[in-house]
Amino acid sequence: MIAIIDYGAGNLFSLKNALDFLNLKNIITASPEEMKDADKLILPGVGAFPDAMRMLERSGLKETIIEESGKKPLLGICLGMQILFDFGYEFEKTVGLGLIPGEVKRIKAAGLKIPHVGWNDVKIENACELSKGIKKGDMFYYVHSFKAVTEKKHVSLSSEYGDSIPGLIFKDKVYGTQFHPEKSGDIGLKLLRNFGALK
Amino acid sequence: MLAKRIIPCLDVRDGKVVKGINFVGIKEVGDPVECAIEYGKQGADEIVFLDITATHEGRGTMLDVVRRTAQNVFVPLTVGGGIRSTDDFRELLLAGADKVSVNSAAIRNPAIISEAALKFGSQCVVAAIDGKKTAEGKYNVYINGGRIDTGLDVVQWAMEAERLGAGEILLTSMDADGTKEGFDIDMLNAVCNVANIPVIASGGCGNLSHFTELFQMTSADAALAASIFHYGELTVGQVKEELKKNRIPVRIL
Repeated sequence: MIAIIDYGAGNLFSLKNALDFLNLKNIITASPEEMKDADKLILPGVGAFPDAMRMLERSGLKETIIEESGKKPLLGICLGMQILFDFGYEFEKTVGLGLIPGEVKRIKAAGLKIPHVGWNDVKIENACELSKGIKKGDMFYYVHSFKAVTEKKHVSLSSEYGDSIPGLIFKDKVYGTQFHPEKSGDIGLKLLRNFGALK
Repeated sequence: MLAKRIIPCLDVRDGKVVKGINFVGIKEVGDPVECAIEYGKQGADEIVFLDITATHEGRGTMLDVVRRTAQNVFVPLTVGGGIRSTDDFRELLLAGADKVSVNSAAIRNPAIISEAALKFGSQCVVAAIDGKKTAEGKYNVYINGGRIDTGLDVVQWAMEAERLGAGEILLTSMDADGTKEGFDIDMLNAVCNVANIPVIASGGCGNLSHFTELFQMTSADAALAASIFHYGELTVGQVKEELKKNRIPVRIL
């Protein structure tokens, strides 16, 4: 059972639709007990870093996520990926979940439109369980204005947008995608299937 | 490198695609869900539904179409047509739309853009603008399906929509629409030159070279087309192969 964590940030149904399509059992939940019972967690998110952290703190789910992240695979998507890091700088410096060392900063891409919206190709920096079957040049759908700044060893897939954008990051059982696998066609579904197959 | 997007648009009335198409392998001719699935297989980067339903019952049918599409097609889905309030946004987003496009209502009440952007995020607010050239060589914004000239300048309104929080601009040329003589390069350039958000070009494409021309002569981010895909004259895949040949970055399946 995959628990999709519902903390009030964004639309969870697209993700649920994709998991249902793949026959991956899932539940949208705000309950710490269900998160503890699940064998995997997904942390979605659309919106701003400070709001997301406030909502996680207010709901008391922050501690549960940190605690469970050592025990079972966790996948953060988009803003859900960004808050896996130590700090974010959207509007104000905000402490994140601190599960992967690094920070989240505004994309610097001179002459390019911000947000970075659309399909961008990836290159493989480091193979990980979720990048299985994904090749250089495969494209994923992005919508974001901020990017992760982290050590190269934590980056599995990256895209170029004036700047190198980490697309898939990982550390131990914690994974994150800046792109939306649930909106990235067959290749995105492949990544979600890889996540579903994790032990 | 960011790919240029190819976006098929389906006009939907009372839950059925207008002027039923006949894709090979489709069970129910005119079912928007089946059409969207087919477009997804062809490599559509996004799907747009334009709801031209007039009745209240039809709105409910549209929500069901969106719901079923979102369960089966995993690329971004935009829905527009008759959007009047942020409640309309909410309903469509909850049904599975990723973006909602707003046209006439935003002219009457520009705050709908800022309110929707604040509530749901700019990424899901598409400002749809229908423009037509004036005798003085400027471009005016038309509403109500092109029936009313608002007198507003297209470039000014595009900048205002961006300032209010729109995440993308869907720019349709009333002059080019239906002509099959190519996109309205001049009007697109006028808007692309000032916009800091993606611009989706719509209206006028009639053959493969029009897509290449669009991306070589403007900085538009995406091309939207209805009839050329609708009647099976071209597939999304064919358009992308042609663009690739011309060294324009696209997503090839």
